[in-house]
Amino acid sequence: MKILILGAGQVGSTVAESLVSEANDITVVDSDGAKLALLQERLDLRTLIGSASHPSVLEQAGIVDTDMLLAVTQSDEINMVACKLAYSLYNTPTRIARIRSVDFLSRPELFNKDNFCVDYSICPEQILTEYISKLIEFPEALQVLQFSRGKASLVAVRAFEGGPLVGKPLSVLHDNMPHIDARVAAIFRKDGPLIPEGSTVVEDGDEIFFIAATRNIRSVLSEMRRMDKPSRRVMIVGGGNIGRRLAQALERDYQVKLIEYNKKSCEKLAGELTNTLVLNGDGTDEKLLQQENVGEVDVFCALTNDDENNIMSALLAKQAGARKVIALINRSAYVDLLQGGKIDIALSPAQVTIGSLLAYVRQGDVAAVHSLRRGAAEALEMIVHGDRKSSKVVGRRIDEIDLPKGATIGAVVRGDEVVMGHRDVIIEAEDHVIVFVINKAMVKKVEKLFQVKLGFF
Amino acid sequence: MGRALTVINALGLMLVVFSIAYVMPVASALISGDMPVLLDFLTAMLWTAAIGGGMWMVTRSYKGEISIRHGYLLVVAMWTAMPAVATLPLLLVLPDLSFTDAYFETMSGLTTTGATVLTGLDLLPPAVNIWRHELSWLGGMGIIVLAVAVLPLLGIGGRQLFKAETPGPMKNAALTPRITETARNLWLVYLGITIACIAALKWVGMNWLDAICHAFAAMSLGAFSTHDASIGYFNSPAIEAVLMVFMLLAAMNFATHFMAVRGKSIKLYLLDVEGLSTLGLVLISCIGIAGFLWWKGTYPDFLTALRYASFNVVSMATDSGLSSTNFSLWPIFAPMWMLFLSCITVSSGSTGGGIKMIRTLVLVKQAGREFVKLLHPAAINPMKIGGQVIANSVVFSVLGFIFLYFMSVATLTFALLISGLDFISAFSAVIACINNAGPGLGVVGPAGNYGVLTDFQTWVCTFAMLIGRLEIFTVLILFTPQFWKR
Repeated sequence: MKILILGAGQVGSTVAESLVSEANDITVVDSDGAKLALLQERLDLRTLIGSASHPSVLEQAGIVDTDMLLAVTQSDEINMVACKLAYSLYNTPTRIARIRSVDFLSRPELFNKDNFCVDYSICPEQILTEYISKLIEFPEALQVLQFSRGKASLVAVRAFEGGPLVGKPLSVLHDNMPHIDARVAAIFRKDGPLIPEGSTVVEDGDEIFFIAATRNIRSVLSEMRRMDKPSRRVMIVGGGNIGRRLAQALERDYQVKLIEYNKKSCEKLAGELTNTLVLNGDGTDEKLLQQENVGEVDVFCALTNDDENNIMSALLAKQAGARKVIALINRSAYVDLLQGGKIDIALSPAQVTIGSLLAYVRQGDVAAVHSLRRGAAEALEMIVHGDRKSSKVVGRRIDEIDLPKGATIGAVVRGDEVVMGHRDVIIEAEDHVIVFVINKAMVKKVEKLFQVKLGFF
Repeated sequence: MGRALTVINALGLMLVVFSIAYVMPVASALISGDMPVLLDFLTAMLWTAAIGGGMWMVTRSYKGEISIRHGYLLVVAMWTAMPAVATLPLLLVLPDLSFTDAYFETMSGLTTTGATVLTGLDLLPPAVNIWRHELSWLGGMGIIVLAVAVLPLLGIGGRQLFKAETPGPMKNAALTPRITETARNLWLVYLGITIACIAALKWVGMNWLDAICHAFAAMSLGAFSTHDASIGYFNSPAIEAVLMVFMLLAAMNFATHFMAVRGKSIKLYLLDVEGLSTLGLVLISCIGIAGFLWWKGTYPDFLTALRYASFNVVSMATDSGLSSTNFSLWPIFAPMWMLFLSCITVSSGSTGGGIKMIRTLVLVKQAGREFVKLLHPAAINPMKIGGQVIANSVVFSVLGFIFLYFMSVATLTFALLISGLDFISAFSAVIACINNAGPGLGVVGPAGNYGVLTDFQTWVCTFAMLIGRLEIFTVLILFTPQFWKR
């Protein structure tokens, strides 16, 4: 696929990196040559210096035969204009824009074919905020990913001594909770993946991925480990785009303290937030943390745009006794280094948000893609079309489907109903099927399997 | 000197316009066929026009744009000169009335205080009652707003006046781009609600004269009545209920009314935090005081207690001051609480006086901020009201206002005490006058009136009404040497 990316900022470059690895032709446009040079050094792609909203620049970047335009510059306006140009002048098939302003997003008619012609709008900060809010809602979980607009969830949790299931085979799960349907999609033990069977015995320290209807998450979690008290006190360091949105999302239900270094931003934040205590100071200042009782905090989130600061303040908070600490870390090398150590959750913004873009790049009708275990595994939500003849999945029982080894169907969402992927479930057209893929190399095969044969059209 | 003359020029023009206000009492005298009164009012009208016209003609070469400094001077000049000329018909019709008392009466009207020195109100010619109430009504929205709507048409800029009239922290959001347009709109809303009030009062059983007069009193939150017994004369729960509703409407910001009318949505009231606080505080006080009076046995059952408590509490809290019973005879907690409410309750941009709810909110929140600051020294905790950040400079000016307010109350109370008045009467008279509420307690309570005061005491109260109406700063700034320095 030929893809044109406008903007080589954090989003632009991580997207480029991820797409290059999936064998696409990428061109990146940015007005800052230094950023482009950095990209070019690392990745196999073409770069172009220029203004992303000028037709001449777009033409030079080869927009005429581009399959997909990704406008992810800093400016909502430039992104919207670029989509409009791509549609009006060059008829680019798919146009995706990063739109951050709620003012624009609250008027979806702006994005239709008569106006700015944006097919899909994405907002990485919003995705990240929702992701962190879920982690705060379920403090035991390592990852909570949602499918079908939140109806079903994939949850990662580390099994601990004290959970009723630990030390027992998986088949006990159903006996313990006869009314709740959940399915264990994968177990990672000392980094090696296991394909779960009814007889697999859960061990202390296993990382377990299970799929369940969102309302049942808490009950399933309690099987894997002793439950903590629900979170009440949250401390956020960094009042940037993510910190602000998170505080806004949490301040009604939690006691939120937000630490920001820049005094001007503090004043602005304090004006916008109604229920959050805004503190002016350094998140790595142990005196300030002490003074604000960091030891009593349930969830501590270090969300500045400086990796080292985030790591340090998260470590300080953990040291002082914060129950769960989350650090935002951009460099993937750091993430691997820290995850599961003293820092409970090392969040890579790129990994969290890339899924929302990948869904548009993939073949077949993919509604959602979530990267798991730092990109090694993947969970996909595929929408199946066609009939028994044109599709390899419709009208078949799950155990009849020829899935590659290591891929499992976790659940099927049919209308408002969430059906677990037991072997006797028959797939129907328009079902949303959630597939868990242990190894990313198998993704292509899975996509192919779910595609409708040409005869359908 | 040129500055003063420019102000006199504008003032002259204002007086000429003001003489039109005599049309109402003149019409009333015509209807009642009272020829001597008619003549007196016509004389007064001509004199007013002549004085104003004369001032304008003599100083016409100084006609000019009014600066902010001029604005303060003009506002104070208006609020002292207009009551002075408005005394003319009273002095002509009631030859026994002294100028001091007449000036108190007209000042009380134009500042919407409603305190009166007259007795035998029921026997006054209808034209005189209409005149008193009309003064109150005109004062209500502030003749100033009328002036702001009209003066710019005559080529004199008016935005500065608006600023001088309302130094409160509120309403940075102009309602319409042009000040003239804003003033006209506010005035139309005021007129509209007044007409509704007249109709409602007529419907629940008042005659036209009473309905018009009491609608004027309720809308301007003045306490003038056409009866010595005030609303107690009617002894009608329906009339009390109607007046309560309109007094509460008048105690809210008229800008909110205007936005609600323009937006055709009642929901906009929910955004007016100040108005909601006003209503909430009044509601709690009504129920609380009713319960208190019932408990103390002042009234035999709760419903009777609620009826009397709610009307008088609403009336005092909104700085209206109409009364349905002599509440100064209630156990002292109740009238004291009502006086306290009269200091803090009404919204800015309403026709009431006192500290205003917005300043009360600022004060309360400031106290909260101090606590937060002690517990969290690093906290950035801006003052917010209704989601809007209030700048620290505004908080300081509010604190300054409150300080001046209490100093004024203390000083004027001492002045009355020196003159020999008892403490309760002195203190309550100052509070009632500076808040433009009307009746106080003791000798100036709902059953008595300000006629018993000596000339000196009357002047002190007149001054209290003036500074209270013009938000203290506006008047006192004229007494600072800096004001007169070039």
